[in-house]
Formats: sequence, C-alpha cells, structure tokens
Amino acid sequence: MAGPTTDPRAAAAPGTPVPTRRGTEALLLVFAVVITLAAQCIVDLTVTGSLRPELATFGIWFTALWTVAHVVVRKFAPYADPLLLPCVAVLSGLGLVMIHRLDIADPDAGADAPVQLLWATIGLLLFVAVLLGVRDHRLLSRYAYILMLVGLVLLAIPAVLPASISEVYGAKLWIRVAGFSIQPGEFAKICLVVFFAAYLVDKRDVLALASRKVMGLEFPRGRDLGPVLVVWVVSILVLVFERDLGSSLLLFGIFVVMLYVATERASWVVIGLLMFAGGATVAYQAFGHVQARVDTWLDPFAYYDGSGYQVAQSLFGLGTGGLFGAGLGGGRPDAVPIAKSDFIGSAIGEELGLFGFAAVIMVYLILVERGLRTSLIVRDPFGKLLAAGLSFAVAWQLFVVLGGVTGLLPLTGLTTPFLAYGGSSLVANFGLVALLVRISDAARRPATPHVAPQRLTDAPTEVVQP
Amino acid sequence: MNAPLRRVAISVLVLFTLLILNINYIQVVRSDDLREDGRNTRLLADEYSRERGAIVVDGEPIALSVSTDDRLKYLRQYPQAGLYAAVTGFYSVIYGATGIEKAENALLAGTDDRLFVRRISDLFTGRDPSGGDVVLTLDPAVQQAAMAGLEGQVGAVVALDPTTGAVLGLASTPTFDPNPLASHDLDGVRDTAALLDGADPDPRSNQAISQRYAPGSIFKVIVSAAALEDGYTPETVVPAPQTITLPGTRTEVENFNGSACDPSGQQPLIEALTISCNTAFIQLGIDLGEDKVREMAEGFGMTGERFEMPLRVEGSTVGDIENDAELGVSSIGQQDVQMTPMQAAMVAAAVANDGTLMKPYLVDQLLAPDLTVIDETDPEVLSEPISTDVANQLTEMMTSVVTSGSGRNARINGVQVAGKTGTAENEGPDHNWFIGFAPAAEPQIAVAVFVRNGGGTGGDTSAPIARRVIEAYLDGQEGR
Repeated sequence: MAGPTTDPRAAAAPGTPVPTRRGTEALLLVFAVVITLAAQCIVDLTVTGSLRPELATFGIWFTALWTVAHVVVRKFAPYADPLLLPCVAVLSGLGLVMIHRLDIADPDAGADAPVQLLWATIGLLLFVAVLLGVRDHRLLSRYAYILMLVGLVLLAIPAVLPASISEVYGAKLWIRVAGFSIQPGEFAKICLVVFFAAYLVDKRDVLALASRKVMGLEFPRGRDLGPVLVVWVVSILVLVFERDLGSSLLLFGIFVVMLYVATERASWVVIGLLMFAGGATVAYQAFGHVQARVDTWLDPFAYYDGSGYQVAQSLFGLGTGGLFGAGLGGGRPDAVPIAKSDFIGSAIGEELGLFGFAAVIMVYLILVERGLRTSLIVRDPFGKLLAAGLSFAVAWQLFVVLGGVTGLLPLTGLTTPFLAYGGSSLVANFGLVALLVRISDAARRPATPHVAPQRLTDAPTEVVQP
Repeated sequence: MNAPLRRVAISVLVLFTLLILNINYIQVVRSDDLREDGRNTRLLADEYSRERGAIVVDGEPIALSVSTDDRLKYLRQYPQAGLYAAVTGFYSVIYGATGIEKAENALLAGTDDRLFVRRISDLFTGRDPSGGDVVLTLDPAVQQAAMAGLEGQVGAVVALDPTTGAVLGLASTPTFDPNPLASHDLDGVRDTAALLDGADPDPRSNQAISQRYAPGSIFKVIVSAAALEDGYTPETVVPAPQTITLPGTRTEVENFNGSACDPSGQQPLIEALTISCNTAFIQLGIDLGEDKVREMAEGFGMTGERFEMPLRVEGSTVGDIENDAELGVSSIGQQDVQMTPMQAAMVAAAVANDGTLMKPYLVDQLLAPDLTVIDETDPEVLSEPISTDVANQLTEMMTSVVTSGSGRNARINGVQVAGKTGTAENEGPDHNWFIGFAPAAEPQIAVAVFVRNGGGTGGDTSAPIARRVIEAYLDGQEGR
C-alpha cells in the first residue's frame, strides 16, 4: 500500500534500527512548555505588574502533564510521530494562557483557567488510557457498530433533551448537569470517524463500482447511494434540531472526504457537495434561524446591536491587533462575548497579531499534515482511513470555527480544538490525538516477524490486501 | 488510497491558506478601518489608561482627567457642567468624543506627532505618558453672560474678537451636562444618552455652528454693504413704498406691521436700515442684481462651504435664486438664505474690523504636558469683503440702528453699540436675531445672538442678550 518513498522502513537498510525520534519529541515538548510558561509570565507582568505565586504550581503541573505524556509514548508507542505531541502541547498551553488572560480581564466571572487545566489533566488520562487500552488500532474496527450506536446516541441526546438543559446561545449542543457542560458531539465525532473507517474499508469495493460517466466523472450506482444518504439525513437533522450548522457541516464533511479516500472516486465529493448545497438551500428557505445566521454572516455590522455584535467585536479585535498584535495582556479580547470558548481565535489574533495568529494556524497545519502523513505510510487500510478521518476532522473543524470567527463562514457553535475553553472538546481531542499517536507508532514500527502473524489472527475484520 | 490522500492533504493546505489570506485581509487591509470604527472602543480604553490633557479657559480647566480606582484609570470631568458643553463636547466610553474633545483628540490623548520626542523620552524614563493641554480663546464672563441670557430659550450666542477672529463666547441652548456621558457607569451613560435622544432639540446639537436658519433682516447688512460698494452712500435716497409687488408675480410684500417706512415713499439708505424697511431692501436687492448681492455674501463667508475652527461650522449660503422675485425676498434674508449664528457673528466682525474678516479660531495655544507651548494660533485673514470707507459707513448706519432704530434694546450707557436686528419668518414662531459690535469707534467684541422661534422681534428678544454679553466683556476688559 505505502509508496516506497514515504515508507521509512523501506528507506532503512534491512537490519538497521529505525530511529524512534523520541529525543526530538522531548526537545520540542520542552520548547512548547517554555513558550507556554513564558507567555503566562508575560500576561501576569503586563496586566498585574507582578508574577502570581500560583504560577509555580501551574508551571510544575503543566510540565508534569507533558512529562507523563512523553514517558507513556516512549514506553507504549515508541515509534510514534514526534511532532504530534509537541503541537498539541503548545496549542493547549497557549489556550490555557489565553483563558487565564481572559480570567484576569473579568475577575467577577470566576477563574476558568484552573478548571481547564483540570480538564487537560483528565484529557491526558484519556490519552494514556487509549494508548494503554488500544495496543493495536486495528482492534477498534471490531467495535465499529457499537461505536456507531454510541456516536449517534451522543449526537442525539442534546436534541432530545429539553432546551433548558441543552441550549446555549441558541444551539442545542450541550448536556448541562450540576454545573458541568458537556458537548457530546465532540465524542460522537471520534466514534463516528472510527465507524466510518471500519465501514468504508468493508464496503469500499462496492462503493467504488461505477455505472455511468457524466462529464468525465464516474458516478456510482443509484443503490450504492444509501450510506451517504443516511449520513446526509443525520447531518440535516442535526442542523434542524440542534440548530448547529457546525456539527452538521463537520459530520458530513468528514464522511464525504473519508468516502473519497476509501473509493478513490472524485464523484463522491461532487455528490456530497451537491447534496449539502441542496440541503443547506432547503434549510435556508425553511428555517428562520438559518436565514438569520446567513444574513448576519454576510454583513455582521448591519446587525451590530444584535446577532452581529460578536463577530463585529471579533473583527474589531483582529483589526486593532493588526500585524503585531496588542501584546499578551495588552488588548481587549474580553470585549468579544464568550471569548474563552468560541472566540479564542480572535483573542489570539488581537493580542499576538497577524503573525501570532498565522503561527498558531501553522501549528495546526503541521499537526494535521503529520496525521495525514501517518495515514499515507501506515499499511492497513483501516488505519489509513482512520488516521485520514481524524486528521481531516481536526483540519475541517478548525477551518469551520476560525472561518466563523473571522467572518469567512457563518458562525457555528464548534470549538477550536485544544485552544478553546471547554472540557468535552479538550478531553475528546486528547483522545483523538492518542489514536493518531497509536496509528503513527504502527506506521513507523519496524515489521518484526513474531508480531505480524499474531496481529493477523487478532484482527478478523482486516481485509488483507495483496 | 494514497492518491486521494495526497489530494486531501493539498485541500487542507488550501483551506488553511484561505484562513490565513482572510486574516491578512482583516488584520492588514481592513485594519485601520476596523481600528477607527466609532463602535470599536478598544483604542478609547487604551486612551483611558493615560492621563488626558485638560481643556483650559482663562487658566481654569473646563475639562480634566482625574484618576479613579476602576478599570479605566482616568475619569473625564467637566467642573462647569453645561456652561461649556457646546465647546468641549463630551468624551464617552460608549459614544466616543465630540467637540474639542474630538477635534484636538490627538493632542489631548498624547498621540499627536508634535509630542513624539516626549513620548520617546517617556519610554526610557518610565514616566507615564500623558496628553497635552488645549487653551481656548473663550472669555468666561462672555460665556456666562451668553448662557444666562439664553436661559429658557433654544438659541445660540457667538462672540468674536473682530481684530483677531478669536472666539470669545460660543453658547448653545438647551445645553447638557457632559459629566454623565463621560461616566464609567455604562448603563448610566446609555440612560443619559436615551434621555438626550428623546429631547427636542437634542441638546448635543450645536445651535451656534451646526444649525442654519433664515437670517431675516440681519442680511440687510450684507445688501447695504453691496450697495455702498456699488457707489451708494448712507444718504442716498432709495424707494421705500408701503407695499411692493414682487416682479413677475402678484405677491405683495409689506413692511413689518404693515406700516409705511416713510410717508413720502422714499428715504435715505441709513434710515431704511435703521427701521429695517423691507420694501426698500427688496427693491435695493433687485436693483443691485443677484451677482452683487451673492458676491458680497460670499465675501463675508457665505460660500456654502463648511470650515473648521477647529469645530466644524456648517456652511452658510444665499441659496438658489431663480428670478427677481426670489432675489427680492432673499435680500431681506428669507427665501433660501441660510446662516449659522457663527456666520452672523462673522458679518458683524468684518464690519467692525474695517472690512477685514478674520478667520474665527477657538484654540489659542496647545501645551505639552510640561506646559511648554508647542503651538499657538496666529490670526489669519479670511477675506476683505468691503473697503475701510464702506466699513465706516456701515458702522455709522448700524450705530443708528441701535441709537434710534429697531436695536434700541442693545444700548449701553457710555458705550456706542452698532448692530442690526433680524426677525425671520419660518414655519413656527419667528426666529429672533441680533448682530452687533462695540464700541463702535474701536470695536473690541462682535456678537451674534440667535433665539429660535422666539416669537418676538430681534430687538425685543435678542438685542438685550447681546447687550448683556457686550457689557460683560467690556467690564472685564476695563478691569484689566
């Protein structure tokens, strides 16, 4: 499956040990932690003029988190891609800094940064649990249908729950119990990506069958449209009942891309785009809240006193930040409502400027491209599709969120992965990265004779490719 | 699966490129627009962290910043509440700045380029950067007399030093207290604004410089000037019939109260101005022709163009004149003739200053935070609409108005006042005007008083206010 030029095992002469690159990872992690702590100091010095004693606790805790993560990876996934973890470390670190910075700006609202640090710790526990529990990612495909059910249930819960529990800022995406807010959609995303991967590996030969050729594209048989129709209907239901374009767009986008990767048929992308355009048009015509969203998107300043206020403030913040930004602690990111979660991107753009914001986007790009690279070099098709799906999920989510914050797309209720305040998003994405780390370890691990046969017997759903 | 994977990787690259292009567009191309949008309070908040300079009148601050312990470090205060509101404007977290607060914002905020060297040294010495002071030309006695005179009316007073153009008084009523608008209690600020929004007229609209009204008979000064320049003398006898039929129409115009200006149907020009004879000036305007009247009005500043002093003054204009009928009505300051009270004061000031119109200015000096003078306004000639001779003749005529004509209420014991009244018809009760200057021989102050819909005559309503303002100023000058 893997091309010879992208397979490090092929490049290495037989018998030569493949470098684990754990040293690189450790060095980059140190770099990420130093950046985070330096940024934290700058915020305190700029805003309060002195360093808080809590900073030491934060520093030790944050360093400990990534030390544990590194040690676990070193032990249980020694061949994992060395860039994945540092990217996540620097993003979540910057997120913590910005949340702390916004805490200071509004002291009455209570401190969210310690809570987020706690969520990061829980996220790390999930990360460790996944690495320990899933020793071979191919095992996941056994539970594909259970994960599908779990995913759909998670997706449906907020829609079924009364609005008092599930609705925040107009989108029914939440489960809010006893002071905790959980966005089950974040976990549903991962469950469904695993299911899509397993399902598509199974059915891809059938789905790749073409019947007609229209304008140079080979289109599938009518009866094979079933699965994509199902996902499309689910997405539309999410859009209508949870009033969230983001989750809907995310789910459908991931599925279409995975379908394309699995079948190698561009026609699926065209079909997907057409279906989404059709669904979106109907939704626009039929639902007032969708129309309002679109109108606000087209001209946020025209709705300045209402629905456009948030985006307008976000644009003000970004514009005021300009090239170099106001400096950490020097801007007014708190002028944007709910800056900590939905609009953390604009807070970063305002204080770190165009350069800082672009740098953060580049870190995401590295993370995603390393994920896709993993997908390129891993041998088994399930791993390929899973890695591709997970990586694309991060990229697509980031695009939709930052697109909304910067006025490129209509605003959605999705969160910025790793950066934004919110436990479910952070924990779920730590789980997502754990899976990527696991697959990348498998991709780069030298094939040892005594492991391979055992894995084959362990993986009954695996289709062995010639 | 690798071929589509590579394409997905490229698509991701494209998506992220779109994001980065978009933030380039927002943070670079649109940056200035977004930063300076009036609704963007970020820079304002930044300004609040520095000590803003004071606005000073006669050595006393009329707007100053005091430190607070809330998040915005400095609070703007106006010790005289509504007395100077038409000049200072307000400085609000929510609504931005107006008036001098806006016009001289760069200096007050300390961002002016002229403070650049100082800002650099602040950087090294660790001194908190602060703004410079703006010293105004206003005279507190004039301002107080003007505001007291206008009390209970909608109106404006503008007083100028005719020899320099310095603004001695600038009053607009109803006034407002800028303090609640500058408060850091945002709900209170919004409530205050809502209250002002509901008032008619909005006290924030400046009657002296932002609003234009029909000037009525004070425009006869300009027509007289055009006639004198054309060879008339104050003694030239002009037709002054009891009524006049506008050329090409059947409309008959009569004099105020329908009375005859003179039983003989004609009178000297000086007499026509003294009693403000409508029929005489309608005929005079028509005889002179549109060009001469318009040219003279433009010479006095009625070009229709706005100007800044540094507050923006709306342009005054003669308006369109289609035919002789309209020219006739325009000659008595009706039809489409529109004047700001500032423009009216400029007419008086030009006559007072031997025919030379000085450019009005409100800012005397700009001071750095260490009180060194960084800029000072030099008086500037705006135009010379009439010769010294004509100016002297006009002064003679306007003195007659106050001594024996419609402006008797402006008489002051021991001081010769020159002036002209105006009572302008409009949809509501008449507007009441008075323009004048004193002492007539060596003018020190020129003044325009406007009372909107005062209902009386310029002589009844506005002339006493002008007298009060002139007295206040001359008394103060004597004491020096």
